[in-house]
Amino acid sequence: MATITTPENLVYARPASFTEAPTHYCPGCTHGVAHRLVAEVLDEMGLRERTIGVAPVGCAVFAYNYFATDFVEAPHGRAPAMATGIKRVLPDRIVFTYQGDGDLASIGTGEIVHAATRGENITVIFINNANFGMTGGQMAPTTLPGQKTTSSPNGRDVELQGYPIRMAEMLSTLEGAGYVVRRSLHDPTNIRKAKKAIRLAFEVQNRGLGFSMVELLSTCPSNWNLTPVESAVWLEEHMIPYYPLGDFKVAPSIAAVKI
Amino acid sequence: MSRELWEGNQAIAETAVRVGLEAYFGYPITPQNEILEWLSRRMPELGRAFVQAEAELAAINMVYGAACTGARVMTSSSSPGISLMQEGLSYIAGTEIPMVLVNVMRGGPGLGNIAPSQGDYNQICKGGGHGDYHPIVLAPASVQEAVDLLPLCFDLAEKYLNIACLLLDGSIGQMMEPVELPPMRELKHKDYPWSTTGAMGRERHVLTSIYLEPTDEEKTNLRLLKRWQEVQRNELRYKEYFLEDAEIVVIGFGTAGRIALSAVRAARAQGIKVGLFRPVTVAPYPYGRVTELATRARSILVVEMNSGQMLEDVRLAVNGRTPIEFYGRLGGVVPFPDEILGEILRLAKETPTLTDDPAKAWLQRMLAEAK
Repeated sequence: MATITTPENLVYARPASFTEAPTHYCPGCTHGVAHRLVAEVLDEMGLRERTIGVAPVGCAVFAYNYFATDFVEAPHGRAPAMATGIKRVLPDRIVFTYQGDGDLASIGTGEIVHAATRGENITVIFINNANFGMTGGQMAPTTLPGQKTTSSPNGRDVELQGYPIRMAEMLSTLEGAGYVVRRSLHDPTNIRKAKKAIRLAFEVQNRGLGFSMVELLSTCPSNWNLTPVESAVWLEEHMIPYYPLGDFKVAPSIAAVKI
Repeated sequence: MSRELWEGNQAIAETAVRVGLEAYFGYPITPQNEILEWLSRRMPELGRAFVQAEAELAAINMVYGAACTGARVMTSSSSPGISLMQEGLSYIAGTEIPMVLVNVMRGGPGLGNIAPSQGDYNQICKGGGHGDYHPIVLAPASVQEAVDLLPLCFDLAEKYLNIACLLLDGSIGQMMEPVELPPMRELKHKDYPWSTTGAMGRERHVLTSIYLEPTDEEKTNLRLLKRWQEVQRNELRYKEYFLEDAEIVVIGFGTAGRIALSAVRAARAQGIKVGLFRPVTVAPYPYGRVTELATRARSILVVEMNSGQMLEDVRLAVNGRTPIEFYGRLGGVVPFPDEILGEILRLAKETPTLTDDPAKAWLQRMLAEAK
């Protein structure tokens, strides 16, 4: 009987930028996909040993258990400030933050806006799943109008709770931001597009071209009370119309980058 | 080196540069703006990191990030700004990494004013942020002493992986005095066994203040306390003046201690046996030395520019052995030497009795005068 587990047949393996730790994420959650895309890009670019990650407060608080890079754990929302401190002291290293929508779009709006406007040469991976995941599914600034959460039990009422924030569009208005795009993780085609954007974001930083952020529309089956498959459909039908996918800011120097 | 005329804030900033400051992050607030302004020119011209942050919250977290790389890093602020920094200070304490904070106190609470005060003694010495931790706090009484203690702050922070704070008030920050600054040292980046600088050819480093398992968090707390005990054992510093035969012991830190010294000298000129004890480390507090002085003294006078925050530490050390009186000015009011002299003369004439709360009689006199 022929063995199929030979090196020449290997088509899929754990990236070297990953540790051996199994993740704590819920089944069907796209955090794992986002982690993997970042790890693959670090591998492909040979950046693992030069990279320092900054973990948020939120579901990804333990991101540092999964990436085989140096890592620090920031206070809630302050990851871009911590990343600034690291990058200013070590400008030749690669510094990225990995933040959810509670972290980046709620408590950390000041830090992200000013890191972008200073043109900090860091990369931000922004997970938008329209709720506070870790604390049990409360309303986030990104929660859609009418969406039910544990703190908007009757659905988000925009008259009382305001409208969702489109972070990528908002940051794209800042002169200092170099590369700001939105992608989605709800199907394989979009996952491939997301990876390309993450690759370009790290290329931007590696070439010293300024602030880069990839917003990733993500699923949260546990708190949405949907199956993983239903979650992917819900994302496509409800989130993409409000959060259109696309490139919101690509500085001319970055548009010329070929990967 | 010759003595030059320097403003306190600028002298502190230039001293930091000369002893190897690698990164500074700050936000404008009076009365410490000259530190930020001085470094905004000096740091970039030396190729070192400087960022004027969007807020104190961001500034302290930039410090946190830079400290994780093992860089010699500092920030400075004043009372309302220090309040905003408490979040980051707690995280930095919990991560067990060194940093230096220059804390130039002003009148409060709230927006208060920009006049010199000592109202934030409790906030910094007793820990304003959440959790069990202890910053090392040194309190200079002159520009020269600030310049001398700042390098020690860096050394202590790095030795004990702790926050070290230079605690002064707006008068020392704003005052010009002749001082001798340290010579310019070559910049050296320390490589700690924990620095997050990229896992090049080594195991990766992770820095965090999260210990989800309570028994792990307890171990961390015990480790912090053990280190704090070492600080308490090794790093107590204080200044003593005319204490050999003193029957009245005046105790004050920083500017209040300096003004009290003028009053003590004036009282000595009148033949009164009075001396001054000025703690330089206010955290850890020199409890043992105060206890020794209390056993010899007839009475103790505590002088502060607050409502008696250090008085609580003196009471702990004295533990009812000796009567204590208190004199304080509040809200940015600086006492005149004559006011303190008046208190000394009162104590010389009539030894006070032991009371349950030494601040009570003072408050009654203050309220009566205010009427």
